[in-house]
Amino acid sequence: MTEEKTKTIDIDEALYRPIYETGRGFYLTVGILLMIILFAAFMYVRQVYYGLGVTGMNQPVTWGFYIVNFVFFIGISHAGTLISAILRLSKAEWRRPITRMAEVITAIVLAIGGLHPIIDLGRPDRVLNIFTAGRLQSPLLWDVTSITAYFTASTVYLYLPMIPDIAKLRDRGGKLTRFYDFLSWGWQGTDHQKKVLNRAINILMVMVIPIAVSVHTVISYIFSMTLQPGWHSTIFGPYFVVGAIFSGIAALLIVMIAFRKVFHLENYLKLIHFQYLSTLLLIMSLLWFYFTFSEYLTGIFGAEPHEMDVILYKFTGPYAIFFWSMVVFNFIIPVIVLSFKKFKTIKGILFASITVVIGMWLERLNIVIPSLANPRMELGSGMYFPSLTEWSLFVGAIAVFVLGYVLFSKFFPIISIWEIEEGREESIKEVEKRVKSYLPGPAETSD
Amino acid sequence: MPKWAMVIDLDKCTGCGDCMAACKLENNVAIVSPEQTEEGRVMFWMDMMSVYDGEYPHVKVKRIPKPCFHCDNPPCIKVCPVHATYINPEGLVGQIYHRCIGCRYCMAACPYTAKVFNWYEPEWAEEFKTCLNPDVSLRMKGVVEKCSFCAHRLQVVKEDADAEDREIMDGEYMPACSESCPADAIYFGDLENRESKVFKLSRSPRAFKELEGLGTEPKVIYLSKRE
Repeated sequence: MTEEKTKTIDIDEALYRPIYETGRGFYLTVGILLMIILFAAFMYVRQVYYGLGVTGMNQPVTWGFYIVNFVFFIGISHAGTLISAILRLSKAEWRRPITRMAEVITAIVLAIGGLHPIIDLGRPDRVLNIFTAGRLQSPLLWDVTSITAYFTASTVYLYLPMIPDIAKLRDRGGKLTRFYDFLSWGWQGTDHQKKVLNRAINILMVMVIPIAVSVHTVISYIFSMTLQPGWHSTIFGPYFVVGAIFSGIAALLIVMIAFRKVFHLENYLKLIHFQYLSTLLLIMSLLWFYFTFSEYLTGIFGAEPHEMDVILYKFTGPYAIFFWSMVVFNFIIPVIVLSFKKFKTIKGILFASITVVIGMWLERLNIVIPSLANPRMELGSGMYFPSLTEWSLFVGAIAVFVLGYVLFSKFFPIISIWEIEEGREESIKEVEKRVKSYLPGPAETSD
Repeated sequence: MPKWAMVIDLDKCTGCGDCMAACKLENNVAIVSPEQTEEGRVMFWMDMMSVYDGEYPHVKVKRIPKPCFHCDNPPCIKVCPVHATYINPEGLVGQIYHRCIGCRYCMAACPYTAKVFNWYEPEWAEEFKTCLNPDVSLRMKGVVEKCSFCAHRLQVVKEDADAEDREIMDGEYMPACSESCPADAIYFGDLENRESKVFKLSRSPRAFKELEGLGTEPKVIYLSKRE
């Protein structure tokens, strides 16, 4: 029986292969990543033992890499669930091979980002004080609330559409049957089950959008609720959300290109997918520039002295290199690459996506540090140099992300198989019907 | 209910830094090594701002003592996630060291940069350890601390006044900085008491507050003819 099962070659065999075939590359990658993570964990334990003095933070720059990375990672997490929900909601048929990858990014990166404020604490042993003595008036508590909500919603939103695929893995037998049996919740693909699943996905995707928007808005509130120059700005909420989606799409493109290459998914992720998604990236780049321009123009035009201290610190001061490279990476390069069809190849898109991810990280740096480094009181401006601890925790966080992704792809198909099948079987007819319904009916012949 | 406030007369202040030293000893503020100080981890509850005006050789130096401003509308307590910083009915803004989780949000939110953080376990020289002030609790690494207007002294004064069944007299409750100032430039007292020195000085035409436009309502008032 089992032999027969393995013999039947599925049309989507390419999607199952990475789960059942493990090469040396896999062990090597996992090994290297684990070493990096272990080193980062060691550096963190050292930080807890000695105190935050091992970082480069000081007075007045009391926040450093940890908060920058917190904002950055949570921003990346907007790739997934939000984009997948928008694509599902707008019935974009080309979403089918993309949604799962996007949602996995969210789940992993959100967990990493959510840990960063705890890494940043001087007394991580007292973190539970936020439950026993929490003040809901503090923007930090708003954050805890909305990130928890987003994490819950997005993991459920990742898991539900996985159930039919897990059932497929269970039916294949072989590896970890009991594990898949447990996770598939007795999925048999009956009409009733399909109906319930579809309804659940529909409810979730509508719910997830406002939650995702709230998350980055609230993160921007951490800064904008204070009176500090450069932070105290009404535009911050939408500015952060736009930046988050922007960096999220770029991260998604990088992940897609990487998996396409490693897992040989050229048949599933075609140039057209990248071109559609990179058009979205181009739009976000323009939007990002619009927000950045408005933000700085209002500051410069009003020329309030403390505000100007911060702006000059970024424009011509010690942060000029970071500020102007941010503009180049986030605006000039992506717009040039993505506006011309000639550059809009996989390589071009990969290049633009990498610059956007770096540029958006620089943006977070440009928001957090200069405002802190230029206090309103006449104390002179501060400077911040991250220490080895902060760098290794940064690299460690990225390693956790890659490891999480690699392990996920070892146990679950990275592209939603049943949705691809559904696309093949039903959506062509459905789309034909839908398009016909948009068009004017047959002209009434009245003679 | 009294409202405690400080008046610093910059025209009298010589910038000697005695207030800083007195504060450090009174409040068991950790001694930070010179290397750490270079990195910006120095700990002063009473700090001294040095403002340089003009170009060499015509430089004017202003020295301005800067404690916590004990705002009536403190931006720090608004953002604290765990109630570790609070304002009491007498207008003193305090810090609960044993509850603080060390997120440093209050430091980021304070427009006066008045708070300091224990980047490492606080340290004192061996000789210092025998003469720490028993009235002030020691802090631990990873928490935020700041000037308390020597609130522990208020406890003693209150007990004395209660025992003798009288009101606290003007000038009876003095923080260490104001007591030690050799130029008598730091006044301290009750802003609600119309007879107090502090109340009268706060009405002086020389009086101004730092960053008044922010609406934080600081209770440290400076006096200066120059500004």
